[in-house]
Amino acid sequence: MGSAAVTAPLLEMSGIVKTFPGVRALDGVSFAVERGEVHALVGENGAGKSTLMKILAGADRADAGTIAVDGTPVSIDGPRAAELLGIGMIYQEFNLVPELGAIENIVLGVEPARGPFLDRRGAAALASTVLSELGVALPLDVPARRLPVAHQQMIEICKALVRKARLIVMDEPTASLSDRETDALFALIARLRAQGVAFVYISHRLEELPRVADRITVLRDGRAVGTRAAADLPQNELIRLMVGRPLDAHFPDLPAVAADAPVVLRVRGLRSGDLVHDVDLTVHAGEVVGLAGLVGAGRTEIVRAIAGADVPRAGEVAVDGARVVVRDPRSAIAAGVVLITEDRKAQGLVLGMSVRENTTLAHLDAYERGGFVDRSAEIRVTAQEIADLRIRTPGPEQTVRNLSGGNQQKVVLAKWLIGVARVFLFDEPTRGIDVGAKAEIYTLMLELLRNGAAIVMVSSELPEVLGMSHRVLVVRGGGIVAEFARADATPDKVIAAATGVAA
Amino acid sequence: MAEPRGPEPRGPEPREAEPSVAEPSEVKRAIEQDAEAARASAGRAGWMRTPAIVVGLIALVVLVNSFTNGHFLTPGNLTNVLRQITYNAILAVGQTFVIITAGIDLSVGSMIELTGVVMATFANAMPFGGLGLIVATLAVGLAVGCFAGLVNALPVVRLNLPPFITTLAMMLMARGLAFKIAHGQPVPLRSDAFETIGTGYVLSGVLQPIGLPGIPVAVLWMLTIVVVFGVLLARTRFGRYVYAIGGNEEAARLAGIAVARTKTLVYVISGGCAAVAGMLLMARFSSGSPQTGIGTELQSIAAVVVGGTSLMGGRGAIVGTFLGALLIGVLNNVMDLIDIESYTQEIVLGAVILLAVILDELRKRYLARQR
Repeated sequence: MGSAAVTAPLLEMSGIVKTFPGVRALDGVSFAVERGEVHALVGENGAGKSTLMKILAGADRADAGTIAVDGTPVSIDGPRAAELLGIGMIYQEFNLVPELGAIENIVLGVEPARGPFLDRRGAAALASTVLSELGVALPLDVPARRLPVAHQQMIEICKALVRKARLIVMDEPTASLSDRETDALFALIARLRAQGVAFVYISHRLEELPRVADRITVLRDGRAVGTRAAADLPQNELIRLMVGRPLDAHFPDLPAVAADAPVVLRVRGLRSGDLVHDVDLTVHAGEVVGLAGLVGAGRTEIVRAIAGADVPRAGEVAVDGARVVVRDPRSAIAAGVVLITEDRKAQGLVLGMSVRENTTLAHLDAYERGGFVDRSAEIRVTAQEIADLRIRTPGPEQTVRNLSGGNQQKVVLAKWLIGVARVFLFDEPTRGIDVGAKAEIYTLMLELLRNGAAIVMVSSELPEVLGMSHRVLVVRGGGIVAEFARADATPDKVIAAATGVAA
Repeated sequence: MAEPRGPEPRGPEPREAEPSVAEPSEVKRAIEQDAEAARASAGRAGWMRTPAIVVGLIALVVLVNSFTNGHFLTPGNLTNVLRQITYNAILAVGQTFVIITAGIDLSVGSMIELTGVVMATFANAMPFGGLGLIVATLAVGLAVGCFAGLVNALPVVRLNLPPFITTLAMMLMARGLAFKIAHGQPVPLRSDAFETIGTGYVLSGVLQPIGLPGIPVAVLWMLTIVVVFGVLLARTRFGRYVYAIGGNEEAARLAGIAVARTKTLVYVISGGCAAVAGMLLMARFSSGSPQTGIGTELQSIAAVVVGGTSLMGGRGAIVGTFLGALLIGVLNNVMDLIDIESYTQEIVLGAVILLAVILDELRKRYLARQR
């Protein structure tokens, strides 16, 4: 390395711009990492963290900006290029081959070979060298899928080290670790840092940052709004940096809930899966209750259990005072509870079907005449919904796969609007759709409220939760840990509750 | 999915279990039909749709006819083709339902055998004959076929086991059971009640002047099944759910569709279709034989796929399946007429199936680019 390399940072990204249709995801971000530094990257969902890291990993390309490693400008045009530069990525979803053991996973793609044959002893030696450097012990013969998450994570780190990574990016590494496992991970990071390995550490758990990070860079709305030493950045200040903008004005005025509004949805003692426990929830006619919390906190699981998408293990659900036995989505829908899922492509739509077929899918019995589906009635109702929701489509027969995200989301809504649901559970209703469509969806929610519906809305966008909810419930660890009335729900209070920090 | 539609290749047609010459069929026509089916199944996108294909198909038929010195386009031969595809088309109808849900039914071939043997044995044990015997026998066959379909479906819907496995197991069990019941030999029918179904014709008086012996009764059975199940799939709520489940099972479940019940019914329909095919075959040869179905499950799948139904589920149609079966039947028929030896016929058939699915894929990509 030349003298430039000695003084230049390990990684320097400058003026990175990335635009997606309708969104400027990164707006001239500069970000540098020194050798042997743990640099935390924080920001709200959508602030641009993942986009920035994808560009670094070669999974995406920047529209503008430069990247330099050791002071030398580089072009990262693919994952392989990133690997050769010593950049290792550990995504939240691990990339392990589930049926292979630790050794095979660690050397995957860089297997030592003897002629045409795999060199198993060489592989074992290589893997155990790395493992012993890390000072961790792993069962080597057990398929990865049967190892605990913490062990899988170790394997991911080893994979990066075997490839001579000098910079390891970790996305939410502690999201599914226990406290003890987290301690072990931090110890490991400290050891590697001492050996000169640098880390980019992405986390929503603000309270752990001072323990692990040297510096913190905050991203907001696609810009880097500050880089500070972790020790000099109190949590309150950090939160202010993250959310420090006035809440967008594009939310419509929520009409107040009538004082005598009846309870529409009442949930008591809900348990579901391994996560959701003891959830109590009451929503009145004309009311929106927002569920805030971090990714993985259990918000989606709560609404899925209420809607029967997952079968609750315990608890009572009542709609308009009548107890509902939630066995499956059918029983919930019959009781007037519908779920507008987060992942519309995987769960909300049959992509290969037309707008008409998707619209009537859940209420097809109402469009049946003499044993046959009445297509003209279907077309009528679909055309009506297309007009009401301003779905941009050439017509009812268009395949929904060909619609834009916002219009697909409107088709999902149309599917439930043609029925007589009482409770609408929205899971990330505006994720990935443009501003105009967002506003239309909010307007639609207001209309549902006017008709006396009750709405529960899960959203990772804090402004949305705060702007569109009468009450905000904060979910952490599968339970509801805080409740704020609209007037009291400030960003810092909600984030503090969601991250477990005392505000 | 917009209308799924595709011809179905001729499935397993029990070519006569008896010494059979390979059925003649017409390659070109087959190819054309494939393409047509493929296009029709495409959905939108004008020029790729049927008309061009139909024109091409007609050109092909004319061409083939000249190859065969005019033997192909005779009423008698065309009737023969229809009769030959009967069993496969019926199996393929049931198979279409299963495949649209993204499943597969490998047991239909041996279900033909099992139901045939059971029905022949049952019919022989009955003291009466006539229509009563036909109805009772068919009812027994349907019960066996539908029950087997139920057994196929339960592990699929309850334990999420792959249908490939459950129906493979059923294929083995049903075939073994058929052999045991029949003691390894065909079971000759003692009653002549099934003669009309097996070898009879309708409308003979009307059609004989134009050189046709009439419409074979078995062909009427086939056409009835094609129409009834075609309507069931295309026009009813049940049919819509079949497509929805194949297109996105989770979205279907979250929409409140009774996924398990619908999928179960689909396998029951397939078993029932196999029973009807088994009955027609038994009637044709006046015996129930434990060997007639070997390979027919794959032929039925070929008919479905050539007919434009996606093995990934969510897309397809009975019309296409029927055209697929017809295409394969014509192909076999023409190859017979022009004296192509049976080994070569297998090669051609395989190539046509491959070509059909390749064309279908290319068409889909073309359509995707159009957007």
